[in-house]
Amino acid sequence: MENFTPISASTGGALIGLSAVLLMALNGKIAGISGVFSGAVFAERGDKVWRVMFVLGLIAAPALWAQLQGTEPPFEITNSWPITVAGGLLVGFGTRLGSGCTSGHGVCGLSRLSPRSMASVALFMGAGMVTVVIAKSLLGA
Amino acid sequence: MGRNIAALLAGLVFGLGLTISEMVNPAKVLAFLDLFGNWDPSLAFVMGGALIVTAIGYRLVWTKDRPVFAERFQVPGNRQIDTRLAVGAVLFGIGWGLVGLCPGPAISALTFGGAPVLLFLGAMAVGMGVFEGFDRITARQDTV
Repeated sequence: MENFTPISASTGGALIGLSAVLLMALNGKIAGISGVFSGAVFAERGDKVWRVMFVLGLIAAPALWAQLQGTEPPFEITNSWPITVAGGLLVGFGTRLGSGCTSGHGVCGLSRLSPRSMASVALFMGAGMVTVVIAKSLLGA
Repeated sequence: MGRNIAALLAGLVFGLGLTISEMVNPAKVLAFLDLFGNWDPSLAFVMGGALIVTAIGYRLVWTKDRPVFAERFQVPGNRQIDTRLAVGAVLFGIGWGLVGLCPGPAISALTFGGAPVLLFLGAMAVGMGVFEGFDRITARQDTV
């Protein structure tokens, strides 16, 4: 557990919560990224611009942070490209079929005690953990 | 106008939260999912921090009649756990466990994650497009 960073994790988490509260207070919307992003691509025109703006904010934030810190955020990915593509396809299809991801179900849904969100979080966390175990044993890592 | 600036602001704050908590780093996320390896519980603290603020904040916000820039609060009313929800969550979890990216961090990592993030985002958009088609076909069958 030497990489455990509880303070930055809770601080960042609180900011994510603040964003969810802002979007509800100002626009009356759930901050579910899979839904917002999918709508930015596939929604009808009138419902599109705010979604694109939210996505732009998501993209700009780490760049802003990097300017202030003078260094890019740590980023490490080790997959081969077919695994990366498979993961992207599953995340895209799965989040839409299941009506949400870590933000929509994990943050917004759990905070209002939605039974659907509780089931979703238990299932995607469980599936993620099992996948990591299987992937590690197959790769012998 | 107001609601677009509000969305940009909310996106910025969300992205800063992902960056500060290091959730934009797939290795950090996989270290949380790897319960039996060198486990890093940080992601649970990200969720905890977010949940406390959202649970309190939502309740305060919902004492108002309506949002600042919209007619009403749009909150999902469906409480039924169905097959779509379950299968979708499991598929998402598998993809998340394979790469360590979920939609928010994948988008935020666009400027510094290089080719793997571009590939992942492209595939994610295709996956969502496939769902749009699937949804249209199943909706048509339901009405027949």
